[in-house]
Amino acid sequence: MTDYLNALVVFANFVFVPALTYGCQLALGSLGVTMIYSVLRFSNFAQGETMAFGTVITIMVTWLLQSWGVSLGFLPTALLALPIGILVTALVLLLTDRYVYRYYRTKRSKSITFVMASLGVMFIMNGVVRLLLGPNDQNFADGERFFLTADAFRAWTGLDEALVIRTSQALTIILAVILVVALFWFLQRTKTGKAMRAYADNENLALLSGINPDRIVRITWIITAALATVAGVLYGLDKGYKPLSYYNLLLPIFAAVIVGGIGKPIGAIVGGFIIAFSEVIVTYAYKKVLTYVLPTDMAPDGLVQLLSTEYKFAVSFVILVIVLLVKPTGLFKGKVL
Amino acid sequence: MSQRPSNAPLHDNTVRASIAFLVMAGLLILIGVTQSWALALTILNLCIISAIMALGVNIQWGYAGLFNVGIMGFAALGGLATIIISMPPVKEAWQAGGMRVLLALITILATISAALFVHKLFQGKRLHGWLIAVVIIIGVVISRYILDPGVAAIEAVNPASTGYLGGLGLPVVFAWIVGGCLAAGAAWLIGKIALGLRSDYLAIATLGISEILVAVMRNEDWLTRGVKNVTGLPRPVPYELELQQAPWFINLVERLNSGSLAGLNSTDHTAVLQTLVVDSASIFVKLCYTGLFALVLILILQLCVLALDSPWGRMVRAIRDNEVAADAMGKDVTGRHLQIFILGSAVVGIAGAMLATLDGQFTPGSYSPLRFTFLIWVMVIVGGSGNNLGAVLGGFLVWLIWVEAEPVGFWLMDALTSWMGDGSGLRKHLLDSAQYMRVIIMGAVLLLVMRFSPWGLLPEQNR
Repeated sequence: MTDYLNALVVFANFVFVPALTYGCQLALGSLGVTMIYSVLRFSNFAQGETMAFGTVITIMVTWLLQSWGVSLGFLPTALLALPIGILVTALVLLLTDRYVYRYYRTKRSKSITFVMASLGVMFIMNGVVRLLLGPNDQNFADGERFFLTADAFRAWTGLDEALVIRTSQALTIILAVILVVALFWFLQRTKTGKAMRAYADNENLALLSGINPDRIVRITWIITAALATVAGVLYGLDKGYKPLSYYNLLLPIFAAVIVGGIGKPIGAIVGGFIIAFSEVIVTYAYKKVLTYVLPTDMAPDGLVQLLSTEYKFAVSFVILVIVLLVKPTGLFKGKVL
Repeated sequence: MSQRPSNAPLHDNTVRASIAFLVMAGLLILIGVTQSWALALTILNLCIISAIMALGVNIQWGYAGLFNVGIMGFAALGGLATIIISMPPVKEAWQAGGMRVLLALITILATISAALFVHKLFQGKRLHGWLIAVVIIIGVVISRYILDPGVAAIEAVNPASTGYLGGLGLPVVFAWIVGGCLAAGAAWLIGKIALGLRSDYLAIATLGISEILVAVMRNEDWLTRGVKNVTGLPRPVPYELELQQAPWFINLVERLNSGSLAGLNSTDHTAVLQTLVVDSASIFVKLCYTGLFALVLILILQLCVLALDSPWGRMVRAIRDNEVAADAMGKDVTGRHLQIFILGSAVVGIAGAMLATLDGQFTPGSYSPLRFTFLIWVMVIVGGSGNNLGAVLGGFLVWLIWVEAEPVGFWLMDALTSWMGDGSGLRKHLLDSAQYMRVIIMGAVLLLVMRFSPWGLLPEQNR
């Protein structure tokens, strides 16, 4: 019995908790893409770099705060810097909208033109991010490292294996829940949120009923900036900041959005978790779990890993392909064509 | 956006094209005179390759409005072809694990056909999806079971110099065609999945496939040696060292430089001739490449021009300009799109193979989306989407700017920050990050051209 419990704890420690955190980060990032999609009607390729940009600003403010001796006790100082990161990112996104996307909106260009423009924005941001903080890894996590330490868990349960929850992981889950609840409350209950949904649903009808499109678009960008920055900072706290990994998040994010149904906020969240769990489950080496579960003489020799971690984006891609082949509208009947 | 608005003035742009290409030639000559001729030729060779890649992307974007964000992957497939075709086979590796690799390949093919068979048999039935999944999982497990020991054995064979299967040992020029075919195959797969759906889906799918292709090349050491790189790819042109020994070449150099060599005594004569021979050998080799590449460029360009003028080209443009109307006229929109996507990717694959040939090595680590996807896009947009000659011009011009922007950017940053003094940390940071300036500048160029001159330097000719 203890063997099974140990196996379960190992599984929870190396698969469930990391996948849950990663899923939260992806869900927040995907929500941004889906919001932009439903209001502005294009896939925003700059989302990954927007997350990186928000993170860079937050890191720089964090360092400034740290040099002043400000800290948040057991929480990372980055939380204090987060609002400023969001503010700057929102400002930058509003500027890109004003000088890049608005022109195509008034011209009613095809959505592919927007996508291409977003690619241009993405590369400018890519350069700016590296210009500000360089291409290397940066660690900006401080405060208490663990929310639940291995020793505490062992003392509590008496098992050999331990479930460790890092502060960044706990923080990710809590913040993601708060943000998602706030977003849904905003969309369902407030007047602006309802106007936004109306605009996303039928642009002409919304215009007819006196909804100001510029205001809707501005609010969408601000929400996207907030979601992207929080997602980026949480990802950076969890796994360390590295500019390239934010670019690599683009594929899982798009996969999550399409799996859930493009333009559907709830779909983006579910899609984020589906992608995250598949990625972690497929790339985890099950040797340790199986050693506990199977009888000693059947213990596996190899790592029992389905796919090496280098190919983790192959997982998102395969899921994406399956969805495109089987159900192009996604799980929640998003838009297609 | 890629299309000229119907009210824009129409005029023949032959004059404009001639002037643009003359300016281009002038710039290259300027580099030759001020920096060195070898550098000018290196830039020219890469310009030609870029132009071919831009032509491939122009086929997709300019003819059909297909947005391919995976150019990097198709170019890398071309590079892979050079290894498979031109490197000598590693006999020990083949003995160690070749059979297993072949067997695993057969298993994978069998799995795919079994999955397709099940798909046909159970279409519309309840267990359809699950049965296919079971077939695929069984196939993957069996092929991994066969492949893994073989891979380990191959990678153990003299890992410092080989550790991979090698290639077929055929002439490298042949790899250009195979590179095109490989890229076409990948494009067929992606096109089958993503075409006919939302236009953004193709962009997302190509982004994914290119990342996966490059990841495979980085990690599958038995195939490509991974990050250990394959160096010393055979060349289609003579080697410098051989040329320096060849009597006919020395005679040629002597005859060409007889003016400057005359009047020197015999020791000086030999020494000067020696340096001249070394310099000319390198230039000669580069000229050979230029000739070969120019031949391919002209061939592909001519084919593109002919295709666009043919009834097929008119149909394609009709589809691009109004999909619904073309569909109503009975044209197979998705089918044409697939065709165009495959053709364009094949051209990119050919260019990728040529690039690996020119480098003489295959380095999976060097494939970055910035250099291989984004830059090509800037070329197409700047040159003039829909116009073949425009894509070529864009390829030449943007590559030249890209190459020269780094020294210029560094110099500018150096000059601007010189007042800070050498010890300044900020100055060091700015100098280190000067290279990112050109990314920002290229992004800005793309956005500016899209906005203010959406039909590029050489607009498409309405006929």
